[in-house]
Amino acid sequence: MEKKNNQSFFVKSIPFFEKYGILLLILIMVTVLQILQPDVFLSWRNVTNIFKQISWQSMLALGVFMVIVTAGIDLSVGSIVMISLMGLAIASKAGLPWYVVMLVSPAVGLLCGLFNGLGITLLKMPHPFIMTLGTLYIFRGVGNLISGGVPITGFGDEIRSIGNGKIRLEFLLGEGAKEYIPSSLILMIVIFFIFWVFLNHTRIGKWIFAIGGNPGAARAAGINVDRILVIVYTLCGFLTGIGGLILAGRTNSAYPNAGLQSELDAIAAVIIGGASFFGGRGTVLGVFAGVLIMGILRNGLNLMNVSVFWQQVLIGSIIIIAVYIDVLRRQFATRK
Amino acid sequence: MNSDSANIVLEAKSVSKFFGTITALDSVNLKLHQGEVLGVVGDNGAGKSTLMKVLSGLYKPSEGFLSFSGKKVNFSSPRDSQNLGLEMVYQDLALAGNLPIGDNIFLGREPTKKFGPFNFLDHKKKKRLTEEHLAKLKINVKSADQKVEELSGGQRQAVAIARATAFDAKIVIMDEPTAALAVKEVGKVLDLILNLKKIGVSVIVISHRMDDIFTVCDRVMALFQGTNFAESKLKDTSRDEVIGWIMGKKS
Repeated sequence: MEKKNNQSFFVKSIPFFEKYGILLLILIMVTVLQILQPDVFLSWRNVTNIFKQISWQSMLALGVFMVIVTAGIDLSVGSIVMISLMGLAIASKAGLPWYVVMLVSPAVGLLCGLFNGLGITLLKMPHPFIMTLGTLYIFRGVGNLISGGVPITGFGDEIRSIGNGKIRLEFLLGEGAKEYIPSSLILMIVIFFIFWVFLNHTRIGKWIFAIGGNPGAARAAGINVDRILVIVYTLCGFLTGIGGLILAGRTNSAYPNAGLQSELDAIAAVIIGGASFFGGRGTVLGVFAGVLIMGILRNGLNLMNVSVFWQQVLIGSIIIIAVYIDVLRRQFATRK
Repeated sequence: MNSDSANIVLEAKSVSKFFGTITALDSVNLKLHQGEVLGVVGDNGAGKSTLMKVLSGLYKPSEGFLSFSGKKVNFSSPRDSQNLGLEMVYQDLALAGNLPIGDNIFLGREPTKKFGPFNFLDHKKKKRLTEEHLAKLKINVKSADQKVEELSGGQRQAVAIARATAFDAKIVIMDEPTAALAVKEVGKVLDLILNLKKIGVSVIVISHRMDDIFTVCDRVMALFQGTNFAESKLKDTSRDEVIGWIMGKKS
């Protein structure tokens, strides 16, 4: 039936690249940067730095990924970071105990996500772009209204430990070892694992992909599509709130411009990670890789003193190249 | 086929459906008997698809009601009708191309296993049930893990029918089941319909193709501009007469 032997090596290698191509890209980037900056790039300090930088952004990317899988979009995550950060700051300044303060940020994020989800489904918005474009302005505006538009700084040590905490490896490497693992990295890995299980091993996870593939089919199968969409946007807000919490720990400050344009970084990471903008396609590992690629790129270019403007040009180019490679792959995959 | 009301499995009584100012269905009646294959014909826009969507619970009737084995029912979603054993094979097949065959067959009814307080998907059971069911229906695919978007039109139709029959359906509604198929695949689908009838499943087939209607149906009814137009046992009518009905002509 199949003329397998006639397929070229290129066509045969497509499934391999589909699965591991992105890891290959990371490997190449790491190798090149290590050659260019042999003393610094792969040092413990620099690698942990990269992970500390991407940990809060990765939460946004994971949330936006789920939204994009349903063929939707969430433009408001950057503003949710800011409003949840402000909520946390106000709770902290009000003298609430640290474990309550810690919950405020994810809770505010969750409520914002719920607002998005209910708006999209109940108001029957023509596209989630419209609703979340609206809330991009609303959430940041409300955040500034409650904070008075000024930065609020100084949170407790417990909050700081989420963004800046260190798990020292003295017990592994002996007394006096300076190596450590950032607590935000552990948090990121745990959350990515939980959501990997959620998306791949639960019915709702399966339905999220089904809705992205064909919402009509999902509806015909008796799936309450609107309910699932509300869940997805709410989870996206919740994850973004956790991102806000990590950022609070890192910066020890809630400021009016927090998270500005980070929705675009999140979307970029998801697209670089191989998710389809039209829904139904993508993996949690891909999102992780996408976030990592953005982090490595920024870090590497900083190490080499490349100007921020060139960084923008490069990240933009990588988005276009990554999607173009996907377009090529599709053309070859359908030509049988 | 006797007209004894005791073995009526599905009935629609004076069902109307309005979309804004458009009347898609106007007081339509339909009866389906146990183990019967009913053909529904009509021109484009005659209301066939709308009627089927009302029967499956995808649309709520604006007026009138449905009864199932003599009991009045009120479907609020296709899941309600599925629970009573009514399955629908849509014309657009309602499959998610990005998902594998097995996921499509079990979409919305995935087998799960308990792990503590959580329910997780039972991927192994799903794969086993899929392979068994495909084998029972003699559907050949490379693997149950193949994505639906990689399948031919005929294979997709087969997956849609496999999906409809995976849960011991009592009634299967098929919307243009052969419209997109190659000639040799049409025969397979029609054989499948006759097999369903043999095991006591009632089938409603919507089709433009007189070959389909006159191969598998016991009875045929025609809709015209959203109303009941004509109805007959198959043995009491002819192709020409049924084609006339579709065009709104009665002899």
